[in-house]
Formats: sequence, C-alpha cells, structure tokens
Amino acid sequence: MTDTGYTQLLDLACGAFLLSGVLVLARRGLAGVIRVFTAQGVALAALTIVIAVHERSAEWGVAAVGIVALRAVALPMMLRRALADQRDAEARPLVNIPASLLAAAALTLLAYVASQPLVHLAPSTATHAIPIGVAMVLIGLFALTTRRRAVSQVVGFLVVDNGITAVGVLTLASVPLVVELGIALDVLFAVLVLQILATRMREAFGDTDLDELRELRD
Amino acid sequence: MDILLIPVLLPAVAATVYAVAGWRGPTRWLGVASAAGILACGIVVATDGPREALGGWLRADALSAFMLVVIGAVALVATAAGPSWLRAEIAAGRATARTAARHSLLVQAFLAAMASAVLAANLGALWVAIEATTIVTAFLVGQRRTRASVEAAWKYVVICSTGIALALLGVILLNFAAAHAPTPTGLGLAELAAAAPGLDGGVTRVAVALLIVGFGTKAGLAPLHAWLPDAHSQAPAPVSALMSGVLLSVAGYAVLRVKVIADAALGVGFARALLLVVALASLLLAASLVLAQRDYKRMLAYSSIEHMGLLALGAAIGSPLALTAALLHVLGHGLVKSVLFLGAGRVLQVTGTSLISGVRGLAASAPVLAGTFGFGVLALIGLPPFSLFASELGIARAGFAAGLGWPTSAALLLTLVVAGALLAHTSRMLLGSPPQGPGTATAPRRLPGAVPLVGGLLACAVLGVASLPLQHLLDAAAATLGHTP
Repeated sequence: MTDTGYTQLLDLACGAFLLSGVLVLARRGLAGVIRVFTAQGVALAALTIVIAVHERSAEWGVAAVGIVALRAVALPMMLRRALADQRDAEARPLVNIPASLLAAAALTLLAYVASQPLVHLAPSTATHAIPIGVAMVLIGLFALTTRRRAVSQVVGFLVVDNGITAVGVLTLASVPLVVELGIALDVLFAVLVLQILATRMREAFGDTDLDELRELRD
Repeated sequence: MDILLIPVLLPAVAATVYAVAGWRGPTRWLGVASAAGILACGIVVATDGPREALGGWLRADALSAFMLVVIGAVALVATAAGPSWLRAEIAAGRATARTAARHSLLVQAFLAAMASAVLAANLGALWVAIEATTIVTAFLVGQRRTRASVEAAWKYVVICSTGIALALLGVILLNFAAAHAPTPTGLGLAELAAAAPGLDGGVTRVAVALLIVGFGTKAGLAPLHAWLPDAHSQAPAPVSALMSGVLLSVAGYAVLRVKVIADAALGVGFARALLLVVALASLLLAASLVLAQRDYKRMLAYSSIEHMGLLALGAAIGSPLALTAALLHVLGHGLVKSVLFLGAGRVLQVTGTSLISGVRGLAASAPVLAGTFGFGVLALIGLPPFSLFASELGIARAGFAAGLGWPTSAALLLTLVVAGALLAHTSRMLLGSPPQGPGTATAPRRLPGAVPLVGGLLACAVLGVASLPLQHLLDAAAATLGHTP
C-alpha cells in the first residue's frame, strides 16, 4: 500500500466512523439507530484492517476480526433482540435532533482541542485521527445522557466504547491479548445484563421509557 | 499450586458447587469457608512478602495482601450472616431455595472478581476485574425484581460501566504513553511505576484524570456517585454489606495504584489536587444528603460516600501517616459498615419498612439488634475505642502536618455534620416506645445470626485499641505506595 493510499483509506474509514456516530444522534427510529450502530462497527473494523495491512501486523488483523464479530454482529444482534416487540419505537430524545447535531459538532471541536497532547506525543497519520475516537466518546456520553429509551442508552454506552476502541487502535500501541479478550467479554456481558434488565423493566413498568424510573430519589 | 491462586479459585469453586448442588444443608456454610480461606491467604502472603504467580499475571505485595485481608474479613462477616438472613427471607416468602442458590453463587463470583482485582499485576487486568464485579453484582442488586430494585440495577450498570469506560480510555492512553517512553513498557503496575518518570506529561495528565474519575465512580466518589445510594439501598443486606464494605475500597485501591504512577510521572501536585476536589465534593454531598434522609439504608449509603471521601483525602495527603491511617480506615469502615448493613437488613425484616420514621423504640422491642446497630453507628462516627477513631485522627494529623490545613478542616467539619445527622436519625429509630396496636410486627427478642455482627464490631474495637499486629503490614503497604513529602 502506498503512503497516499494508506492516508486516504484511513481518512475514509475515520470519516465513515465519525459520520455513523453523528447519525446515531440524527435517527429517530430505534431500528434505524441500531443499523447505524452496526455500520459504525464495520467502519471501525475497516479502520483496523487498514492499519493491520499498513503495519503488516497479524495481531491487528486478529483484532479486526474480533471487532467485526463483537461490534458488527454480536452486539447489534443483542440490541435487535432487546427491541423485539417494539420495532417502530422512537428515540424521543430530551434534546431535539437539530440541537443534538449542533452539540455533536461542538463536542468534535472540543475533542480536537483536548486531544492535542495525544497527537503531539508521536505524530503520524494514525495518531492525527485520535481526536475522532475522542469525539466519539463525547458524542456517546451525550447520547447516553439525553436519550430516554433503554435501548438508546445502551447504544450510547456502546458508542462510547467504540470511541475508546478507536483510540486504542489509532495509538498503534497494542494491549496484551488476555486483557483485550477480557475487555471484549466485559462489554458483551454488560450489554447482556442490560438487555435482561430492560426485559425485567418492561415487565415491571410496562415500558422501557426511562422517564418511568422515578422510584428512587432523595 | 501457588498460594496466590487460592483467593481466586476458592470462591470460584464454591460458586460452581452452588450452581451444581444448590442451597441445601452442608453447602450453606461453604461461603463462610471460602471467605475464611481468602482471609487466611491474605495473612500468609502478608507474612511471607511479595510474590508472583501465573506467569506474572498475579502479583501480591504488602498492599495486595492487606486488601486480601480486608476482603476476607468483611466477607467473613457478610457470609456468616448470610444463612440466617436467607432463612428469614425464605420464611417470609421473598426468596426460594433456588434464588438462595443463585444469590450465593453470585456472591462467590463477586468475591473471586474482587480477589483478582487486588492481585492483578497488570493495569488492564485490574480494569477487567473491576468491571467484572459490576456484571456479577447487577443481578444481586436487582434480586427482588421490584420496580425499585430493577431501577437501581439499571442505574448501577449504566453509570458504573460508563464511569469505568472512562478508566479504560485512561488505561489505553497510559499504554500509549508507556509505549513511547524512553524505555518502552507495557501495562504492568510495577513496570509502569518504574518507567513513570519518563512518561509524556501531557498524555499522562489526561490518562490519570480519566483513571481517577473512572475508578472513582466505582468507589462511589463524586461526581459519578449517583448509582451508590440506589444500589446499596435496594441490594439484599449481605450484598450491600459487601459492596459498601469492600467493593468501594477495592476501587479505591485502584485509585491508589494510579496515584503511585501519577506522582512519579507528574509530581505530587496533580493527583493531589484532583483527589482533594473529589474528596471534598464527596464529603459535601454526603453531608447535605444525609441531613434530611428519610431512609436508613440510604443514610448508610451516603455515609459510605463520606468515608470514601476520607479515604481520598488520605490518599491526597500521601504521607506515610496518612496512608497507614487511610488503609486502617478501609478495614475499620469495611467491618463496621457491613455490620450496619446486615443490621439494617434485619431491621427491615423485622419492621417491614426502610423508612427511619417507620422504626420506633427498637431498643425496647429488639434489644440485641438495637444494640449492634447503635454501637455500629457510634463506631461509624469515629468514637473510641473503635479503629475509625484512630484512623480519622491519623488522617487529620497528617493533613495538618502536610500543610493542607484548610481542606482538612473543611473535611473534619463535614464529617462532624454527618456524625450529628447519623446520631439524630439513629436515636429516633432506637429510642422511644415501640409502636403499639394491631398490625405491628412483634420482633423476636433473640437475634438469629447475631454472632457475626457482634464479632465484626469487636474486631473493629480490638483494631482500635491494639492495631499493633497489623502495624507492620500497614507500614509495608503504605511503603509500596511510595512516600510523598
């Protein structure tokens, strides 16, 4: 792969990653949100493959396979199952969509400012894209705090997690395989637990609108 | 087999037995045996000195050994009170033998996860173990499946997983900084501490802030503490005891490990300033919410936030005296708070309400229970002879000696406010004449399962009078955290 080719492919994957994250905020239907989240998993895997090929590293290749399996297949499947009987459910955000998109733009700018020390440590094509991962963490946190549906909160949490993974890939500093597997399992189980809790919440409240969570307060 | 594997494998085996054999006759006391095993391993490792196992993935120095002792001691109290608590729940129709078996299984898995966290030699593995504690305890918090408990479990998993995700970003950034250090290293805690002076300042600053806020979430420190009062008040009593008594301090342990790296890389000021802000914010929050508290389990939960704030204050001061006092505080608070949560669980079983105003004249109707609860609260607010008196005094003295007079005075003042509120609420529950009339439950005068509660309080009192047997371990553990002037 030529250097320009590498840069262009990396930028393309990062662009797709950022765009899908912003679309999570823009979609109204929950089924659409899950589709966009799946696309983000694919973009993240593509990003990892570009880096694996450029670095000629089998380790990153394995990581890309793991990312596809977890983030583009397993997690979206679990989310779809959690949504099973409310296909046409809407996200009903606390902050309306145009304002959410403005916030996403502001958070992306903030991420670029905040990530300056990270880019300066080892400037390269990959590390210059770290702010995109940080932006995704912030956008995910924003989605998590402004969305009222149980499923959209889980998607927000997973977008944060995608952002962290993207930072991990773009720093080009690998983590031991045992730790990486542990992290993947923890995320998988956390979502499994949340899916079961969402089902129980539907049994107890008849809805998964988190506005119903009003029992506990001071 | 190496002794370091025992604290992880023993509860794992016990969990498997519960999964296979269920909750019946002999298995009931298995949990106690596994807790005693963890405690014994902690003591052996403490006397033997540092060691490694599992190809360097597990490592125990004096601090890990001390944390094993804390986990073992608090788990001993909580699991010993478990059988009688579960028997009462089954008798009241709120649990069955099946839910009791699942409860015991998850409690053992919880212990295994905490033991792996304090033994992990690698920051990444430490993160994985702490996130695993969230996953295994989620269903314990939501065990009763009521609206309130499902809500508490949801908030618990969402807030803790998000907070801990910030810590993961911190781990990844620290890994990035370590890979570009003059001598590149991985995420081993000892290697990171050794290589810390060469880490890039800018990246490490971001990483440390994320790690302290992230692990601080799990430790119940402000600003991401909102899960704690809900989870602690909704979880079954033995689980609240374990969560408040040890889980918080295991996360606090992670903060202490991060601080060693931060101090070596960035100087003392950065982590100290961050921890001081977090500590005072937690204390202020606890003081303001405990004052008008109407629910006694939530009252205990806010008191846990207060005590974690004191632990953070001790860590911020960072002198040997402050660190030994903070570690002694972890053990003393763990014992007392587990006794109190177990006692509160019993009060709930006897009176059927968790409202402070719903409990009157407990001293007359259930003297043993009222006695343990009352002495527990006295211990909690730091009266001698209990060890919390010695440790709070130690933290305060160290604070003034380190020139942190203002924050220390503010913390003491807030602690006094919490103490006053706790005393006022508790005396309303214990004193007065018990409610009369039809429909009021008649409490048994005997307290089944009183031994672990009284034992926990006695242990805390003995620690306060003579912490000498522990002094050597405390000093060694504080020494592993490095001395900051």
